[in-house]
Amino acid sequence: MIVETGHYALVLALALALVNSILPVWGSIKGDQHLMAVAPSAALMGFGLVAYAYLALTIGHVQSDFSLINVVENSHSAKPLIYKITGVWGNHEGSMLLWVLVLSVFGAAVALFSRSMPEDLRANVLAVQSWIAAAFLLFILLTSNPFARLAVAPAEGNDLNPLLQDPGLAIHPPLLYLGYVGLSITYSFAAAALISGRIDAVFARFVRPWTLIAWISLTLGIAMGSYWAYYTLGWGGFWFWDPVENASLMPWLAATALLHCTAVMEKREALKIWTIFLAILAFSLSLVGTFLVRSGVLTSVHAFASDPTRGVFILLILVIFIGGSFALFALRAGEIKQGGLFSPVSREGALVLNNLLLTTCCATVFIGTLYPLALEAVTGEKISVGPPFFNLTFVPLFIPLFILMPFGQLLPWKRGDLAGVAQRLATAFAAALIFMAVLAAWRGGPALSVILSGVAFYVIAGSFVDLGRRLLGGGISAGLVSQRARGLPRHAFGTAFAHAGIGVTLLGLAATGWGTEKITALKPGERVEIGPYELIFESIVPRNDPNYSELVGRTVIRAKGAVVATIEPATRFYPARGMNRSEAGIATLGLGQVYMSIADVAPNGVVNARIFWKPLVALIWIGALIMAFGGCLSLSDRSFRVGIARRARKAQTPSPQPAE
Amino acid sequence: MVGARSFILTCLLFLVPLMAKAVEPDEIMPDPKLEARARALSAELRCMVCQNESIDESHADLARDLRLLVRERLQAGDSDDQIRAFLVRRYGDFILLKPPFKLETWLLWGAPFLVLLTGACIILVARRRQQSFAPANLLSEAERAKLDAMLGDDGS
Repeated sequence: MIVETGHYALVLALALALVNSILPVWGSIKGDQHLMAVAPSAALMGFGLVAYAYLALTIGHVQSDFSLINVVENSHSAKPLIYKITGVWGNHEGSMLLWVLVLSVFGAAVALFSRSMPEDLRANVLAVQSWIAAAFLLFILLTSNPFARLAVAPAEGNDLNPLLQDPGLAIHPPLLYLGYVGLSITYSFAAAALISGRIDAVFARFVRPWTLIAWISLTLGIAMGSYWAYYTLGWGGFWFWDPVENASLMPWLAATALLHCTAVMEKREALKIWTIFLAILAFSLSLVGTFLVRSGVLTSVHAFASDPTRGVFILLILVIFIGGSFALFALRAGEIKQGGLFSPVSREGALVLNNLLLTTCCATVFIGTLYPLALEAVTGEKISVGPPFFNLTFVPLFIPLFILMPFGQLLPWKRGDLAGVAQRLATAFAAALIFMAVLAAWRGGPALSVILSGVAFYVIAGSFVDLGRRLLGGGISAGLVSQRARGLPRHAFGTAFAHAGIGVTLLGLAATGWGTEKITALKPGERVEIGPYELIFESIVPRNDPNYSELVGRTVIRAKGAVVATIEPATRFYPARGMNRSEAGIATLGLGQVYMSIADVAPNGVVNARIFWKPLVALIWIGALIMAFGGCLSLSDRSFRVGIARRARKAQTPSPQPAE
Repeated sequence: MVGARSFILTCLLFLVPLMAKAVEPDEIMPDPKLEARARALSAELRCMVCQNESIDESHADLARDLRLLVRERLQAGDSDDQIRAFLVRRYGDFILLKPPFKLETWLLWGAPFLVLLTGACIILVARRRQQSFAPANLLSEAERAKLDAMLGDDGS
């Protein structure tokens, strides 16, 4: 029964979204406050309805209601509770429902937290959100109904794909969706600004925190996905330039560019056309990503959403929203007046260059991902575009970006002095050179690793030059420094940390060149040397879990005779689906990791093992965490804080506020 | 976006119920120089039954056959280019993860440069245009005051 009410709630949500698509826009055209006031309430109610539907499906999964097709296909009564809950989004229908849920969360958040926004802008933003919601609700109800029942319920379900029964993968999709769908807000803002013709610093101010939220989530989501691939797939890789990964990288690149140019638009009212364009582009790329992943176009037979009707439906949504918004953009772009002037050597100039490079990176990934599909469609010829292509094109584009990053932080607005900035960065630069020389002498190894490490060092040091100057310049005493630190805006710290974070990630990537690998057959009791460590493969131990059975290869890691860690690489067998999965044994020692995966366990206990020593590898993900931390610092900046603007205005005008 | 690689593995695990693994110990060549070349070559060759995986990483039987084939040719004294050409004759360009530069792919390889160049041109034109116009003040006096209130006193 509760399932049917969930289904019904979804239909109601669609009806509500349709109403909310029209009335607020009509109200903003007519200047009717009552019609505009519909938008926030409808957004909140829409959230309530979708949340209810989602809850209903979750209850179906938790109770193992095998009369639901969705539950039968993706669950099993013996599955641990956590995977019954996360299994809701571990399949096509459920994940689309999560998509819409996140969309409605953002809609409700705008309704609640943006009361200080101009009323017409808010009404239009929420209306555009409702268009997106309506399209996707229709998609779910027509092609991917998670509430479909079976006439005869089987006694047991087919279980969730064992690869998805993993804590890492459990939180990966929601994070990624927060990012993908968070960009819908920037899209809605851009469309609303185009409709109401208000494209000014106020727009940039309101759109920036939402972009930040989306960017932080995307950063974490991508890092999480990459770490999951690293420890699950058994060969120690963490980024494969897979189309599905690229689908999440493209919105990230666009969001990064957007974040930087909203800063310019907010402070200097420049780059307005470009900001609007990027805001539309970022979400368009999220939609393209959704299409690539959900339609099965990439894998034809292999993807689990291979039903062509779905692909065509999403393609239609794609064409309408991307085409529509760019048409609106083309119509209005001419009316947007140019803002503040700036010299090429200025922070604005640096951010323009940043945007040019980031957009080119994004376009490269886009073309590399879609070129094989396009070529096959046009000529029937099949080619592969793999990691070698992206490494050869993407990396050279990113290096100048790294070099320029600290310059951008140090250049002042309007007009800057390049020589002066270079002088201030000289210390960071010199330190990086010394670092490289020391590395080359101490570790040797591939030249590329040494060079990239140097660049990384320069980026990290350079990120804090500005902050250091502002904190320590002119007299150093603890009291003075902490006083200055309080005086500095949080986003200055945020920028420094976010920039340093990507430097840290780069250092982790550079260090892969110093890694070592051994592929060998191991007898119980056998020793292997890897990097600075010695591994002793003790024995194979069988273990049972309600959900799977596994063979664990107990291995002890020793350094200079002393035991430093024990790892348990395993191969697991999931009887419900008759599937195997390997579980790598990983020990984090310092910032490096010993990584071991096993397969082909012979009756006499001999295994085929793949063992890696990966120095500094943890930095790849720690860097992402630092980036996200920087983003959170910026987000907590007082100028973003909800209500600040309202309070300030109230303080100025004690007259009664109009209904908001 | 449930997991970047889950699809591949799903397909793989169905295809190969008894999981083999990427590069097995018995495949490794005694000559470390040849083995290093074999690994480098394998990383650039696509596993034909997987999605975007090299034969070096793949668990599939076909990938193992190809790895052994590459090593066989290396042992016979073929150059890297000869091996690539041999495999392209057999499987087409699809097997190369690094697409060859030719008529059908010049747009692919040229794309980053074209985009960068186009972007640079747009920026230059926009600057030219901007300099010929006086900067406009879009906000009214009241809106400016409102904005200042919103921006607060942090003027960094």
